[in-house]
Amino acid sequence: MKQFVGQNVKRKEDHRLLTGSGRFVADIRIENMVEAAILRSPYAHAKIKNIELSQAKDFEGVLDVIVAADLKGKVKPFTEFVEFTLPPQLEADIKPTIKKNPEPMLAEDKVTFVGQAVAIVLAEDRYVAEDALALIKIDYEPLPVVTDPYETIKENAPVIHPELGNNIQSHFQVKVGDTTHAFRQANHIIKTRIKTPRVSGNPLETRGVIAEYQERNQQLDVWSSTQVPFMVRSYLSKLVGLVEGNIRVVAPDVGGGFGPKCAVYPEEIMIPYLAMKYKRPVKWIEDRLEHMQSTRHSRDQVHDVEVAFRNDGTILGLKDQFLLDNGAHNSFALCCAYNSAAHLRGMYHIPNYDITGRIVLTNKTPNVPYRGAGRPEAVYVMDRIIYMIADKLNLDPVEVSMRNFVRPEQMPYETGIFYRDGANMVLENGDYVKSLQQAMKIAGYEEFRQQQEEVRKNNKNIGIGFSSYIEGTGIGPFEGAAVKVDSTGHILVGVGSSPHGQSHETTLSQICADVFGVNPEQVSVRAGDTSLLPYGVGTFASRGAVTAGSAVHGASKQLKEKFLLIAGEMLGVTIDELEMQNGKVYVKLSPSQFVTLQEIAQAAKPGPRCKVPKGIEPGASATYYFVPPTVTFSSGFHVAVVEVDKETGFVDILRYIVVHDCGRVINPKIVDGQIQGGVAQGIGGALYEEIIYDKNGQLVTGTYMDYLIPTAMEVPEVEMGHQEFLSPHNPMGIKGVGEGGAISPPAAIANAVCDAMRPLKIEINTLPISPNKLRSLIEEAENAESVLK
Amino acid sequence: MKPPKFSYLRPNSLQEALDMLAEYGDDAKIMSGGQSLIPLLNMRLSTPGYIIDIGRVEELKGIREEEDVIVIGGMTRHVDVEKSALVREKCPLLTEGITWVGHNQIRSRGTIGGSIAHADPSAELPCMLTALRGEIVIMSREEEITVSPEEFFLSYLLTSLEPNQLIKEIRFPKIKKGSGYAFEEVARRHGDFALVEVAAVVELEADGTIADAKIALGGANSVPFIPEAVEGFLIGKMPDDSILKEAATLQLGDLDPEGDIHGSKEYRRYLSGVLLERALYKAIARAREGVFV
Repeated sequence: MKQFVGQNVKRKEDHRLLTGSGRFVADIRIENMVEAAILRSPYAHAKIKNIELSQAKDFEGVLDVIVAADLKGKVKPFTEFVEFTLPPQLEADIKPTIKKNPEPMLAEDKVTFVGQAVAIVLAEDRYVAEDALALIKIDYEPLPVVTDPYETIKENAPVIHPELGNNIQSHFQVKVGDTTHAFRQANHIIKTRIKTPRVSGNPLETRGVIAEYQERNQQLDVWSSTQVPFMVRSYLSKLVGLVEGNIRVVAPDVGGGFGPKCAVYPEEIMIPYLAMKYKRPVKWIEDRLEHMQSTRHSRDQVHDVEVAFRNDGTILGLKDQFLLDNGAHNSFALCCAYNSAAHLRGMYHIPNYDITGRIVLTNKTPNVPYRGAGRPEAVYVMDRIIYMIADKLNLDPVEVSMRNFVRPEQMPYETGIFYRDGANMVLENGDYVKSLQQAMKIAGYEEFRQQQEEVRKNNKNIGIGFSSYIEGTGIGPFEGAAVKVDSTGHILVGVGSSPHGQSHETTLSQICADVFGVNPEQVSVRAGDTSLLPYGVGTFASRGAVTAGSAVHGASKQLKEKFLLIAGEMLGVTIDELEMQNGKVYVKLSPSQFVTLQEIAQAAKPGPRCKVPKGIEPGASATYYFVPPTVTFSSGFHVAVVEVDKETGFVDILRYIVVHDCGRVINPKIVDGQIQGGVAQGIGGALYEEIIYDKNGQLVTGTYMDYLIPTAMEVPEVEMGHQEFLSPHNPMGIKGVGEGGAISPPAAIANAVCDAMRPLKIEINTLPISPNKLRSLIEEAENAESVLK
Repeated sequence: MKPPKFSYLRPNSLQEALDMLAEYGDDAKIMSGGQSLIPLLNMRLSTPGYIIDIGRVEELKGIREEEDVIVIGGMTRHVDVEKSALVREKCPLLTEGITWVGHNQIRSRGTIGGSIAHADPSAELPCMLTALRGEIVIMSREEEITVSPEEFFLSYLLTSLEPNQLIKEIRFPKIKKGSGYAFEEVARRHGDFALVEVAAVVELEADGTIADAKIALGGANSVPFIPEAVEGFLIGKMPDDSILKEAATLQLGDLDPEGDIHGSKEYRRYLSGVLLERALYKAIARAREGVFV
């Protein structure tokens, strides 16, 4: 029987998306709908002294203008997302301080970052709404601004939320072994500061919300460009005080999420509330200027790291104190910060480890997880350290890496800490030595070294750099699937995890098709709708394939079992005499005796003709929730080959190689696409992207003229190699792949650039590697060299 | 990001366009390709009462040859210049430099007159026009005048164009026999505005000495900059590594680029020297190869 898992089944999503017949939030039109535009704070920190709305309210075509006072007692603020709070065993282990810092839907008495929503205009169309925004008069009294993480923790820093006492929102420490002892044993200690800047996820589709309320049955329908429709429903119910069962949240086609759409935003609460209040459908589509300011940013970590090692490159201990500058609010507990702490040692065996993380607040847009979620920052630190050790000892960095890997015979490897889900963090399997060898073989490492020497004579500087990562993927708590066969024999799958580019319709139908022995075309997958299932989580943290895939697998198997029972009843044989194949159930020894899925589905209907055995509920459906015991660890290596124009400071990526393990591959092309896309975003972080605020908290990179995202011209085609170590934590052995591509490029490219400039010994410990910055480093190194001479 | 209200006018002839300009010029903006204007409108940075869309004015479109110049109508799209065999043959500097203008999508909408009128100091066309010592033909209902780039470009995004005037055509001198050309640019990403750029045309004597050098730097000052001292220094010299190095740094002190997050003032000034040296090398090499013999 043909298996579809593992095949390059063509994407079911492509036809509609490539022919422009997808349906995104902005495509939805409802009669009598009004449009919203939002007035956003031009100040990073200011008191709101007075708001004058009369001119805007009187403007022709305006329905109303809403400010914080109008929401008082009606809509509660965000306090924290309970989905991200720490499990008790982790809390007991690291004893963190986490202060709650409620975020109002609209700024009340003061604003704390540029782009914070202050007022909403509802009008006949967006043009009128924007005209009216200009008529709102707000009297602001500017307050002192803080935008730097080191400034904000000083005693005299302006306190952003006085009820917190200071700007340190969270604090925690993770310890393994005895670093004090390890540092005493070491031959060498390197101490350095490594910084990953603030960036933005920039999905192609900005955020957007439409809400319609039907008073006749109290039904509230919401369409949102979100990664987590179930979470939107839950907070809408909690914060507005609505019956959850009356709310349906739909994520239609969603043009990318990458993490920033994995939280609930004030607009997703206010727009539905206003649709109820005014009894008219309301539409709000974020424009790109708003997006750059108010859609949540990410990263922004500074690490002060110290590493102790022996003469042969063996790492004995690692100490790190880092700050995560989270902007004006944090509702995600320790999410990214703890991910950084848990992943920093990566695939290296470092028995003595001591890391302290502090999440600090500044007058910038709040941060959320973004593709990689704390891991690119950690990997950048670790792999720069490997290269710095190699430099110090004059060893090949490949050798330093090999000397410190967790070896296959140490697997499953206990890291000595808890994962964020509260389970012991254990690297279950993999062969890092072989994986790096495979990557270097594709790169032609030996030959490259010769070529590098050759071209250096002609003043050409090429370099090679690698980076490794592990990633806990497929986090719980659960994901569900409902599988049913309709009266035509077609299989329908509903899942709680909703796609925004991941190809759920294709990959999940492959999984289901294999269980039933049918073609994926006979399976339709529906997602992104809270009416499909009672519970759902969402798509983030590289969890779609692991959790929704396993749920579909489980639900399909349950329904298959039931269908075999019904078929046995229909054919008068026992279940072990039957086999399901090609949409039919056969008697194994007498293949001419069979019933089709369609016939079985019809026989599953309640009533006098029902053939469902006694004691079992009629019906041709099954629902299954997969609850993973813990995450599963994907891993990989990235190798970048670059050329540096020493005179201009420009970096050109000549080749990019990825060797990775994501367990069972459902659809190789889709996996390759995830890697290629992730690498593109990683290249952005390495060479181009940085959200910059000036001292007054004004966003300098407010448009795509200043915030540079790599285009097809800047992203090479990734050369890939695969390894397939099946995870023991789910029935199909899947590991997640959504984020891996984005994790290692900054480290790999920075290392490659340092390698290209090696005779000069420059260290690139901040990103992005802009030509101006690189040229300055080269110039400094050249000057230092000439002084020595 | 929606523009405030404006009236949209679409003339079908040059005369009609000039009449509209005469009537509404003070409160009007001409739209030719819209590649810069539409973002300005949407961000409400420009709020004209009237938009005069000259997309249907056929007299302003096309490329033709005169004795020493290639004449390009103001409403001619970048892509038409990029693909023109005539331009490639007679003024290949344009063919080379124009590929640095944005991306395909932008070049298929943007126009030559639009780019010149927008007067971004780091845009490619103003720089090339200045290097070539070309001319801009300006029209109003009353008159037609011809001006040099130095008369036309006044400062950042500011030209001598009066509200009742439009750009009829631009005159790009052909590259002569015995000359070589080069266009060098660096931008953060392909298609971005240049950090700095250099356009150069160098003519050699039969013995290899430099007969003439015409150079312009873009992005280094508020308007395209002609390094006259460098040009004068080069004429009559036999070019070699040290001469070109000296030439490239001779006038860096006269450059006053704006610094921003993509490159500091110092970096851009330094880069100007690197690119000027590279441009001179390339132009001289091409002149020696007799690409235009």
